[in-house]
Amino acid sequence: MSNGINFAFLDEYAKREIRRSVIKAICIPGYQVPYSSREMPMGRGFGTGGLQLTLALIGANDTLKVIDQGSDDSVNAVNLRKFIEMTCPGIDTTTRLQEATLIQSRHRIPEQSLRADQILVLQVPYPDALVIVEPSEDKRKVMHGEADYSRLLVKLYEDIVKFDEITISHRYPTRINGHYIIDPSPIPRYDVPKLHNSNALILFGAGREKKIYAVPPHCLAEPLAFDDVPFRIEDFTDTNGERRVCKMCGSRESFLDEFIDEQGERVYQCSDSDYCEQQQELAHG
Amino acid sequence: MDKILEVKGLSQVYGPGCDLCFTSTGPEFESNICQHCGSIVALHDLSFDLYKGEILGIMGESGSGKSTAVKCLYFDQMPYSGSALFFDDTEQKHLFELNPAQRRSLRNHRFGMVYQNPNLGLNFDISAGGNIAERLLMSQVMNYSEIRERARELLARTEVLTERMDELPKNFSGGMQQRVQIAKALATRPPLLFLDEVTTGLDLSVQAKILDLILEIQSELNTAMIVVTHDLGVIRLLAGRTLVMKHGRVIERGLTDQILEDPQHAYTQQLVASAL
Repeated sequence: MSNGINFAFLDEYAKREIRRSVIKAICIPGYQVPYSSREMPMGRGFGTGGLQLTLALIGANDTLKVIDQGSDDSVNAVNLRKFIEMTCPGIDTTTRLQEATLIQSRHRIPEQSLRADQILVLQVPYPDALVIVEPSEDKRKVMHGEADYSRLLVKLYEDIVKFDEITISHRYPTRINGHYIIDPSPIPRYDVPKLHNSNALILFGAGREKKIYAVPPHCLAEPLAFDDVPFRIEDFTDTNGERRVCKMCGSRESFLDEFIDEQGERVYQCSDSDYCEQQQELAHG
Repeated sequence: MDKILEVKGLSQVYGPGCDLCFTSTGPEFESNICQHCGSIVALHDLSFDLYKGEILGIMGESGSGKSTAVKCLYFDQMPYSGSALFFDDTEQKHLFELNPAQRRSLRNHRFGMVYQNPNLGLNFDISAGGNIAERLLMSQVMNYSEIRERARELLARTEVLTERMDELPKNFSGGMQQRVQIAKALATRPPLLFLDEVTTGLDLSVQAKILDLILEIQSELNTAMIVVTHDLGVIRLLAGRTLVMKHGRVIERGLTDQILEDPQHAYTQQLVASAL
């Protein structure tokens, strides 16, 4: 590049290392592969893990979509998109899920299902689901290796004892391919079933914690639960037991965000803005 | 009778260790510190057999190596040398040749441990029921109501009020904590139980109840136990056979009655005399 910055900001050695870690992560589904997270021109915790994955994978003929909590227009998404556009000349960006080949997301998995030729990159703040029960990383590694997750399950047990249900709202511990349990990043419970048997490769990057892990396509992903207390997703029913609808597109299937409008009324709207727009276009022709 | 455990030449050394460690320590030297390299020989050449449903007592003063023996067998630490063969239902397992995952599985499913200090055996941040649930979850019991039911049964069996099963063990009295610990150890119905000074520090009436409980469990479940204690009363009540240890060595072994009525070794004589 003319200004002396390499394509996709990272030098080729850094990209190669990340790609190698990605391959390892795909080979051992759910295993957290350590990598030397590079310094990025933004603070750790702003999606540097996801960004490094995107930069290592992107090529000039890729079309990129960046989402933050379902929206293409929120600050984190806009800034990351601008940065990638600036450092990767020749790539296309889009807000349409169907047009994208590479999707970087924070806290949501898109509403519509992904295709086999797409890759979803999720930004992860805390990669290890065991961190709530074991502070030492050394011991956590042994626990992961031996699939010793009883203390995590005790956490669920205690939840049911205290509140009659499992109260984890996001970062729901999920067992991948029957062995490793991952923290699937702060996606809501609603999105967890989308990890299971996904068409697309799903990659997780934690920049501050220097870990990469993956849920390969068509892989088992089971949220932790008891045989008689099954995992359940948010149901969005009102006090009358009716499913709330999106006020913009009228969808009854989507994950909803709650707002207080100018009249002080509670209103609900799709969290995935791209999906919402597509539904509106369908309705109005 | 069926053998359940066969221990041969179990030794434990803390420190660098040298060739002279074992020949320069022991009761005849009145020390377990090797004068050549400064290592502590906590345990040397411990051998015994244990049969199904039997209670074996290990008696000795503090520092005699009795707890070390149990900790090695429960994999809390790995021994310096020696072997132990565990006779599981169908197969035999050499304890110290297993990999960490196999050791953990044996520890979780086939062994139970009750420590002197409930701090070591219980997780004080989760409820009494949760502590028992942890052991059940380790052995792949994944049904919530079944776990609740089993935990309630076990706590009732060990005479902990089941109304308090969702309370944190730190709110319990020492005797009750010890009972929760026993309930936890029994959760998977292990064929082998290690009891390390279980009644030390409890008042006499509670001691008696816990010892009663242990005897009932033994006759009910036919659990083999190794009871480590310095209390002659506990040995007299529980153990059929006894080992007496000093400076890491077994100095006398035999039927408990025989040892208490007719001690042969000078140290045992002293021990028995001082208790009376």
